[in-house]
Amino acid sequence: MINRLVIENLKHRRLRTALSALSIGFQVTMILAVVGLSRGMLQDSKNRARGAGADIFVKPPAASAISLGGANMPEKMISAFFSQQPHVVRAAGSLIQPIGGISTVTGVEFDDFAVMSGIRFIDGGRFRDKFDVVIDEYYAEQNKKRVGDKVKFLNNDWRVTGIIEAGKLARIIAPLATLQELTSNTGKISQVLLKLDNPKATASVITTLKATPGLEGYSIYSVEEFVSMFSIDNVPGLKAFIYVIIGLSIIIGFLVVWLTMYTTVLERTREIGILKALGASPFDIINLLFRETLILALVGWAAGIGLSYAANATINGLVHASLQSVIVYDWWPTVMAIAVFASLLGAAWPGLRAAKQDAIEALAYE
Amino acid sequence: MSDDIIRISGLKKIYRVGDVDVPALRGVDLNVARGEFLAVVGPSGSGKSTLFHILGGLTPPSAGLIVIDGEDMTSMTDTQRTRLRRGKVGFVFQKYNLLPTLTAMDNILMARHFSGGDGLPLSDQFNELLRLLGIQHRLHHKPRALSGGEQQRVAIARALVNHPAILLADEPTGNLDTENSDRVLSVLRDLNEKLGQTILMITHNPEAAAYGHRTVTMRDGRLK
Repeated sequence: MINRLVIENLKHRRLRTALSALSIGFQVTMILAVVGLSRGMLQDSKNRARGAGADIFVKPPAASAISLGGANMPEKMISAFFSQQPHVVRAAGSLIQPIGGISTVTGVEFDDFAVMSGIRFIDGGRFRDKFDVVIDEYYAEQNKKRVGDKVKFLNNDWRVTGIIEAGKLARIIAPLATLQELTSNTGKISQVLLKLDNPKATASVITTLKATPGLEGYSIYSVEEFVSMFSIDNVPGLKAFIYVIIGLSIIIGFLVVWLTMYTTVLERTREIGILKALGASPFDIINLLFRETLILALVGWAAGIGLSYAANATINGLVHASLQSVIVYDWWPTVMAIAVFASLLGAAWPGLRAAKQDAIEALAYE
Repeated sequence: MSDDIIRISGLKKIYRVGDVDVPALRGVDLNVARGEFLAVVGPSGSGKSTLFHILGGLTPPSAGLIVIDGEDMTSMTDTQRTRLRRGKVGFVFQKYNLLPTLTAMDNILMARHFSGGDGLPLSDQFNELLRLLGIQHRLHHKPRALSGGEQQRVAIARALVNHPAILLADEPTGNLDTENSDRVLSVLRDLNEKLGQTILMITHNPEAAAYGHRTVTMRDGRLK
């Protein structure tokens, strides 16, 4: 019977019920979108790192594995040292330069990199002149660029000579020498990528490199080690940011439900008196309001998941080059717990107020 | 041993309003026999409703003795008074007080739910009562689709679904026209005569009071 009363009460105020559930839904979506974006972008970075075709990544001392830029390695180490190592069939250097926000341009020696990564052109071809660039399909789509168009960054206009399949280290690839010159990093690179004759030799090569005098402090990773560092835990501040969003979501959910249940209790003062006259205990009254709240939270949770699909499709459809989002199924139980917790917290005070409501005053309420 | 279903002696109720004590009942003595239909009349503010609220376990007395169907209410806790409301007392209010979002039948079943009777079939006696009330065909309508008289008859059915020891009716015809008032009062009298239901009814209307076996008058918190 209590469930029937709960359902009928929710149906009685359809608009308020829908708006409350939707508000909880936005709270759920906010969390799912932030986590989905974090995961999506890290996954995209992983895919692009794998797509580079290297077996080993070498980073200079003090460089973060997932940093957006910096160039502290001498380029000459490639030919003078890395190319000479056993099992190394190709060594390529790259220079990563931020160009605003989280976007970067990567400078490479095209031939080395093309062979290593197995670049495939969708349109056009390699760069030949100083201010030529190659862009990937997502960047081209998002920015509506075609071969022959200009793109502007680092205070220069660059001519697009080719559009490549996504997932090959970078979205924008420019001539290494030009980028070094423009960023005052002549002769320097951000990292070295090594391709081995046999991937099974990766561990032994890494051991040898780490034992090499002069490479102390260098970070030397297999590709799998390298991509494993693209996690939420390894991005400075990201976890804290997600916690902040969760905290804000709890506050929003709490306030929405608090307000909804507060107005509900006020509106139903007389009905609470009736229920008490029929023999309802304070627990029965709280139970009634908590069940209503639980339904609102669960409907809101389902709506939030639906909205997260919409947010996901929008992000990936409109700005796929800048932002990547994924559906984070494993977070669904967590956000359900968060939505229910915040909602029940919001219903607690109105519920207690209703439970303590004097039955005689409630029955006299107009 | 007395067959009084209600025994009240020296009953007092004092409300605290701000810093002032306001006596609502100043020492009420009243016995009601099992199966009696008692009308309580008196002017507004005389303490009738307070007496009903104490009898119904909605508020505790300040002093005095009150025993309903063998249970001493004098020192009952809130929980004990809640339990008493579930089984011993049925309320009928002037404004019907049906839950607006539920059908007439669900309103009745809600009272049954709180007494622990969820899912149990309605007794033959109760089905007979529904026929007596003439509301069988209106049970699946919500209150807004029912006339005032029908709503009050549903409220009576709800009050009696748990077969309470006493039925407390507070101005049950106060919001009804003459025809519906007569019908509701006739139903109450039939319930009393055919089913032996003990009824206490507050009313301002002498004609309504005449339906009872006995009428007592309250004034200034005392019975005259």
